[in-house]
Amino acid sequence: MKVSLFITCLSDALYPRVGEAIVRLLAKHGVKVDFPPVQTCCGQPAFNSGYWNEARKAAKTIIEAFEDSDFVISPSGSCTGMIHHYPKLFENDPLMHSRALDLQRKSYEFTQFLVNVLGVTDIGATFPYKVTYHPSCHGSRLLGVKDEPMALMSAVKGLEFVPLPFAEDCCGFGGTFAVKMADISGAMVTEKADHVKETEAQVLVGLDLACLMNIAGNLRYRGEPVRVMHLAELLYEGVTSA
Amino acid sequence: MSGHGHGTAPATVKERADLALNDEFLRKAVKFTTERLRAGKKNAAEDHGNWDDWRERGRQIRLHTIANLDYYLNLFADNARANGVHVHFADTAAEAVKLSLDIARHAQAKTVVKSKSMVTEELHLNQALASIGVEAIETDLGEYIIQLANETPSHIIIPAIHKNRYQIADLLSKEAGETLEPDTQILAGFVRKKLREKFLEADIGMTGCNFAIAETGSMVLFENEGNARMVTTVPRTQITLMGMERIIPSWEDLEVMATLLPRSATGQKLTVYMSGITGPKRAADADGPEEMHIIIVDNGRSLQLGDPEFQELLNCIRCGACLNACPVYRHIGGHAYGGTYSGPIGAVLTPALKKNVAEWDDIANASSLCGACYEACPVKIPLHEMLIYLRRRKVEAGEGKLLEGLGMKGFAAAMKTSGRFKTVLKLGKLGQKLVARNGEIRLKAGPLKGWNSYRITPSLPKHSFRDKWKTLEEEIRHGLQELDPAAKARMEALVKEREQGGGGHEHG
Repeated sequence: MKVSLFITCLSDALYPRVGEAIVRLLAKHGVKVDFPPVQTCCGQPAFNSGYWNEARKAAKTIIEAFEDSDFVISPSGSCTGMIHHYPKLFENDPLMHSRALDLQRKSYEFTQFLVNVLGVTDIGATFPYKVTYHPSCHGSRLLGVKDEPMALMSAVKGLEFVPLPFAEDCCGFGGTFAVKMADISGAMVTEKADHVKETEAQVLVGLDLACLMNIAGNLRYRGEPVRVMHLAELLYEGVTSA
Repeated sequence: MSGHGHGTAPATVKERADLALNDEFLRKAVKFTTERLRAGKKNAAEDHGNWDDWRERGRQIRLHTIANLDYYLNLFADNARANGVHVHFADTAAEAVKLSLDIARHAQAKTVVKSKSMVTEELHLNQALASIGVEAIETDLGEYIIQLANETPSHIIIPAIHKNRYQIADLLSKEAGETLEPDTQILAGFVRKKLREKFLEADIGMTGCNFAIAETGSMVLFENEGNARMVTTVPRTQITLMGMERIIPSWEDLEVMATLLPRSATGQKLTVYMSGITGPKRAADADGPEEMHIIIVDNGRSLQLGDPEFQELLNCIRCGACLNACPVYRHIGGHAYGGTYSGPIGAVLTPALKKNVAEWDDIANASSLCGACYEACPVKIPLHEMLIYLRRRKVEAGEGKLLEGLGMKGFAAAMKTSGRFKTVLKLGKLGQKLVARNGEIRLKAGPLKGWNSYRITPSLPKHSFRDKWKTLEEEIRHGLQELDPAAKARMEALVKEREQGGGGHEHG
């Protein structure tokens, strides 16, 4: 059985430690992860901006990269969500459409795979900090990843969970939106960071690095000492320090 | 105040949004009310139970009606005519305005009292009436305030959502010629008294239409203030303007809509007044108009018919739930959208109603595509996807931005192979040497100007994941644990299920 990591460009380039945490956690549960090096980006920036010819090129590279995989795991609900758009992207190309559907069916956001496929909720981690959680929009709304991260966090020893007010509101990232409509995006991330501050949490955790980079960037800009982590990082740290 | 009078708003979405972002009064007022409405909706939906099943029922009714719109429109028109209503069809805004003015002239009208109607806003009917010397008076409290301020509504349901009660008290005090306390009771009391006189004088009552019932040719109005009741009973002539998609087949279907609309709009279980009107005053009736007209307006709506990506747009029941849920709307209010309809529905509807792509502005870009609108929508319109389709159509029509187009070509070239991707990473690491300090980039220039005005950007670490993979793979090969047999069985079952054509998990 071939379980492959779809690293996503953000984790590959900026946050390799998140990919590393996933690979090591899965190895602890008997899954030897494979990494097809031909993979690049899911194509979402082009897709969301309306450049579908360009998006199709990236999509084709991803579809080919994971053709032989049985499961494709990624540290992002948004990039996994993009794979769910591939069938639409190739709706006029029956062959590519069916390959796109195949990929969609075997793609999982990391916590989906851990909880729903491997059946793991208690990973044996200890993390004695006050933690709040931002559910990213694409993962929670489009993929329906809501209970999985909660189940994982509630099994972590010592973790004190504080709900984030208006948690379901978008952080304002939105890909090219954050550049094109910088001031609207800025207002949104400022409000999100305000809510994080209100919780007095020491750690903000999430499942999407783009959103986390956005919120962390604003918290750092304002000099707020909140630590921002992907849930995989938190779990791995909690397992190794336990 | 950033009130937008008619035709004075700046040209671009960004400029309009900046006006709102710098208006603390507006942002506070919009946040306060949208939060209240959103919480109300959430509670009402939970109290009612099985909300997603109701949404699906609503969606099915709307899908069926729009798929057979020609049939139901004819049925409605035939039945309404049989009830004694004059039914008119208007292809364009200009035609709808002309029909309305002709009726007003024929009735030798001096004043028109109006209940809330977004279609008449779309047609700019008040100004057209004024141009032939007919005074139009808005009688919905919010619309009345907006009319006094010479502005346009900034929300589908709450036209004056961007004003606080002090600003409203100022406006009404000017009208009253005395200082009115900023107390809701006092202010509403003043308007009620003022409007009573207007109702009695008016020659024409003008309304919109929430739902038109095909099986009996009736029109139904939902409202909370009782003003629509007055508008449809006192004046001698009634004119109703309705979008051609307002139809539902039957009264039975109305039950579903009456469950969805007030809860989604304001969190109310029932609207205070729900009036069903089937024709003008009959001999035995004590009140009602002697003459009744219904003008059915197309104005770009039929462009969506037969378009698989946009037909569902006609399913909208104008509840405003997507506005209240939208994190962009909450910061920039309605006027920034630049059209009659604001929020996510406006961002899609405004361009979609125009055939000429060159006339579309940048509004479809003012969304982070978070999907809160879809989640809030009582008839499940995928607005977040439609926004992407609009962007794509603009690019396909050659109306995209030159620089962005070049950028995306570069993006596609870089992402075509992992070799090129690695080259880009290498260049990035070289480039950032000039600007990165201690793992951070704080530069506020070039493409990072907007982003770094609110954030600090992390710089690229020395090694990417793919650089580290070889070593990592070696390490985990040694420490690999046993896979739980139950997990293994689950994985095998999933693969088998997929091979048989099913399985996996679909788009939520």
